[in-house]
Amino acid sequence: MNKSQLIEALAKEENLALKKAEEIVNTVFRDMEKALIRGERVEIRGFGSFKIKKYDGYQGRNPKTGEIINVSPKKLPFFKVGKELKERVDIV
Amino acid sequence: MALTKSELIENLAKIESTRKKAGEILETLLEIIKKKLENGEDVLISGFGKFSVREKRKRRGRNPATGNDLILSERRVVTFNCSPVLRDKIN
Repeated sequence: MNKSQLIEALAKEENLALKKAEEIVNTVFRDMEKALIRGERVEIRGFGSFKIKKYDGYQGRNPKTGEIINVSPKKLPFFKVGKELKERVDIV
Repeated sequence: MALTKSELIENLAKIESTRKKAGEILETLLEIIKKKLENGEDVLISGFGKFSVREKRKRRGRNPATGNDLILSERRVVTFNCSPVLRDKIN
């Protein structure tokens, strides 16, 4: 499922105009994005949480050519699945 | 400080009439995503990231506290891959 299908499904289930559903979906993900950019955690009960993990830079190698490359430090959002979703997705 | 549902609802209430309605809509939205993942389908939010379901095979593991061998059974787990767009914004 992609974002436009999510918007359509939300519009249908909540009886909303497509435009409105689009605005809602965009607002939710934009809020989460803004929090992560600020370095804040995101905690959605029953779904999961995101936090920014910092990774140190390191010297790596291009596996194809063997060439040494410097991998610079980076920050990535790490998603931890919430209890309810975890249990629902897992094989019973 | 963490972003939680209540803050999301507050911002949605500016679009939707009431907090109550905004809360309902947020739950519906999350439920749609959860149902898809439950059915093994990936959910791709362009510009944000992709939630996928991965099948993990049965494997031999170890209890890190006791060092005892144990068998980890087959599992299905949710993983998240950050979109390059979001990744660039964070860095």
